[in-house]
Amino acid sequence: MPLLQITSPHAHATQSTASVMLLVALATLPGIAALTIGFGWGSVCNIVLAIVFGLALEAIAVSLRRHPPGFYLRDNSALVTAILLGVALPPYAPWWLLLTGMFFAIIIAKHLYGGLGYNPFNPAMVGYVVLLISFPVEMTRWAAPLALLPAHSAPGLLDSFAIALGMAQLPAIDGFTLATPLDLVRQNNALMIDDLRQGYAQFGHWGGTGWEWANIGFLAGGLFLLYRKIYTWHAPLGMLVSLGLLAAIFYDGGSSNSNGSPLLHWFSGATMLGAWFIVTDPVSSPVSNKGRLLAGAMAGALIFIIRKWGNYPDAVAFAVLLMNFAAPLLDHYTQPKTYGHT
Amino acid sequence: MRKIWDFHGGIHPPENKQQSLGEPIHAAGIAPQLVIPVAQHIGAPAVPLVAVGDSVLKGQCIASADVPLSVPVHASSSGVISAIENRPIPHPSGLDDLCIVIDTDGRDKWCELPATRDFMQLDKSELVSIIREAGVAGMGGAGFPTSIKLDTREPHEIDTLILNGTECEPYITADHVLMREYASTLAQGIAILARLLQPAEIILGVEDNKLDVVPGLGRELAQYDFSAITGRETRADVVTFPTKYPSGGEKQLIEILTGKQVPSGGLPASLGIVCHNLGTAVAINDAVALGRPLVSRITTVTGEAVAQPRNYDVLIGTPVQHLLQLSGYNSEHNKRLVMGGPMMGFTLLDINMPVIKTTNCILAASEAELPTPPPAQACIRCGLCAEVCPASLLPQQLYWFAQGKELEKLEQHNLADCIECGACSYVCPSNIPLVQYYRASKAEIRQRDTDMQQADYAKQRFDARQARLERLEQAKIAARKARQAKAAANKKLRAGEDPKAAAVAAALARVEAKKTARATARATTPEPAAATAAHSDAAPASDDPVQRALARRASQQREDAEDPNAKLQRAFDAAQSRLAKAQQRLAEAEQNNSEHIDALRSAVEKCSSKLEQAQAALATAKVSTNVKINDQSNNPAKQD
Repeated sequence: MPLLQITSPHAHATQSTASVMLLVALATLPGIAALTIGFGWGSVCNIVLAIVFGLALEAIAVSLRRHPPGFYLRDNSALVTAILLGVALPPYAPWWLLLTGMFFAIIIAKHLYGGLGYNPFNPAMVGYVVLLISFPVEMTRWAAPLALLPAHSAPGLLDSFAIALGMAQLPAIDGFTLATPLDLVRQNNALMIDDLRQGYAQFGHWGGTGWEWANIGFLAGGLFLLYRKIYTWHAPLGMLVSLGLLAAIFYDGGSSNSNGSPLLHWFSGATMLGAWFIVTDPVSSPVSNKGRLLAGAMAGALIFIIRKWGNYPDAVAFAVLLMNFAAPLLDHYTQPKTYGHT
Repeated sequence: MRKIWDFHGGIHPPENKQQSLGEPIHAAGIAPQLVIPVAQHIGAPAVPLVAVGDSVLKGQCIASADVPLSVPVHASSSGVISAIENRPIPHPSGLDDLCIVIDTDGRDKWCELPATRDFMQLDKSELVSIIREAGVAGMGGAGFPTSIKLDTREPHEIDTLILNGTECEPYITADHVLMREYASTLAQGIAILARLLQPAEIILGVEDNKLDVVPGLGRELAQYDFSAITGRETRADVVTFPTKYPSGGEKQLIEILTGKQVPSGGLPASLGIVCHNLGTAVAINDAVALGRPLVSRITTVTGEAVAQPRNYDVLIGTPVQHLLQLSGYNSEHNKRLVMGGPMMGFTLLDINMPVIKTTNCILAASEAELPTPPPAQACIRCGLCAEVCPASLLPQQLYWFAQGKELEKLEQHNLADCIECGACSYVCPSNIPLVQYYRASKAEIRQRDTDMQQADYAKQRFDARQARLERLEQAKIAARKARQAKAAANKKLRAGEDPKAAAVAAALARVEAKKTARATARATTPEPAAATAAHSDAAPASDDPVQRALARRASQQREDAEDPNAKLQRAFDAAQSRLAKAQQRLAEAEQNNSEHIDALRSAVEKCSSKLEQAQAALATAKVSTNVKINDQSNNPAKQD
């Protein structure tokens, strides 16, 4: 056998980018399961369509760039982007919404910048924000938790696909889509938080009905990834701590001015998804641990600021994109101390 | 228990050490031919002392160290020098270098060795010179001349002597078996080091995957009263710490054992620390106590392509092939042959490469053991590399800058502090050969620095030359002024005493004025040579005969350069004009009935024959030139 000549090191760990991405994709499963149990098949339907569009767009983009599509599709990065966008969109989103979102995520935010590893912004969040700004009606029509609907009124899996593909209508039930808990606290200016919680069934035990379990699912997936050392604790913890801290400071004893407790902020909306799957995106975040801690903390602060004083009830996507802008600056100021330097 | 520290990062690759630990150290025997490179160490290569055909004995010095940063080389066995030539040497560069080849005679006969000595009876400079003459260089990998590290200038400069028994690279067990089987020799080597360096503490650092050797080492070290040896309060300990790669790196080991970091670009000695390899300590003992130079070492032969992985006591210069065959080598299974470990070793293409002083391991790996790396994917900046980097660098950023050849950014991110341990490449999920990029970038930075230095030197030389010319010019002007002043003074003096002298001075002044006027005219009129027409007898613009001749010559040369036939043409013209003149003078002579008439007639005949010759020459030359021009028209680049 001819001897191979290459430079050291010769040994290599078994982990690959494809396996990292696959692990991230698998770690979303508890959250997706909780979303499906809480809100019906809509999210699953979103995710399936997003994956189909995502892989197709990735293959087209890679082919146009004259690279072998098989090699690039196997890195599973388009899969993860598709899952994250599918989860983030309101259930039963129409197919064209998903296609537009995936187009911006894969083509504009990723391949126009040079493909995987070269994108300055989180692709899924670029897709999400483009949709949120362009199609506010579709993007804010969040399905009501199943628990608040009459039994058997929610569409099944096939019906969900029919709705998404425009071959059927959403069930004409009063209250099939409802304001989310975060919408309610933002719009509230008359009721104490406790009264608000009692007045609206959307509030669950500590977060929002359905939302709290979805968030727990994503938290569990995130802890699994942390355990597998896919990322460090810095970014997610930075984000959760600063969000919780600001929520506690501005809790205001649960007055009508309050924006809800830290628990409500942690377990409502996209908080856990953002903390464990979005701000942890390595490509678009700072490189050092210190930088990631800072970026996470600042993203958490931005989320709270936008939730309380901004125009949007949830703000993970905006906060993450703003911190993506800041990544090179943070990199500049957070270079770790090298061995032997003082 | 001594306190130990941790260093940033590190990895836990599969150790794969058990395979080669099953058997005791084997003697590798004597290969029929030993190939001994003269450069097995850092520094200047040793200079051969022997010639082809010489018989040598084992331990005989065959190449000497002529400069301080070098070590001598010795014959590893007795035999005849069969060649002194460039051969492939085991080095990452894969280049050839000078080797002394010994055809062994199998007798393995030692040369006369000095009598055994008690190291306590030798003073420091004697010890250092014995160690130097024995050819001892660091046996851990770098091969730095040991005597230089030992030759401390001030007493008590070194507080801590560290013996590196870490052996953190997977597969390698050479130091492990050395501690297992040579503990007493090792302890005596450490005692000699203690005598030389007089440290306050001696630490033998061992990773906790080799705990079996610790009690034995402790017992052997306890045989020595180190305080008596060093002359100060000294304690010696075997210290164990958790297994992690690359804890055997000098800087990392120092941090583990002392909590201190070696300053970037500095030496451990600046912290009062010196670090030695175990094999080196044994070699020092052999040199001092037995008088034996470094002619053998322990090398691990392992990997799935050998049937019996084990450690060998190998003569320096033994071909790798010899060792592989002793271990049952299966070349069919061998995909990668590595000298050193799988993290920092380098691949060999030729199994005839010799074992040298720094060869601690031969890893004959199968494809399953060390699979061919798949193509690299994009860096997703996951940061695993930064997590494991023992130097706390940001490998993903360095990779980014290396790709863009941003050398300044690389320096700003401390590329120079990269120890090339390979931990970053090991964990990289995208299979990017990061260390390869860093090596290339380090070379680029070195090249840029060399270029810059050379440019600086060139500028300095140019500036110095300019300054010198300026100085000479000033000196010339000053001398001229002095001369003029002197002349003026003289003139005045003479004008005062002699009316004739005044007339001469006035005449000189007129000549001077004329000269100046002519020079000005020459400067303002176009170049006389340029104005001259093609014919040599055309009147030049200047009336100065010398100037005219020069101009003519210049124009001729220019013409010659332009047209190879010009010279012939000129000869033809000259002959023509001479004939005309001769005919004219003949006619005059005939009118005046001059007595020279016959001579003139013959002159006219001579001129006309010359004219014919010139004409003929010109005609042939013109034909050949035309042919040449036609030839050359296809190749404009050659037309000059």
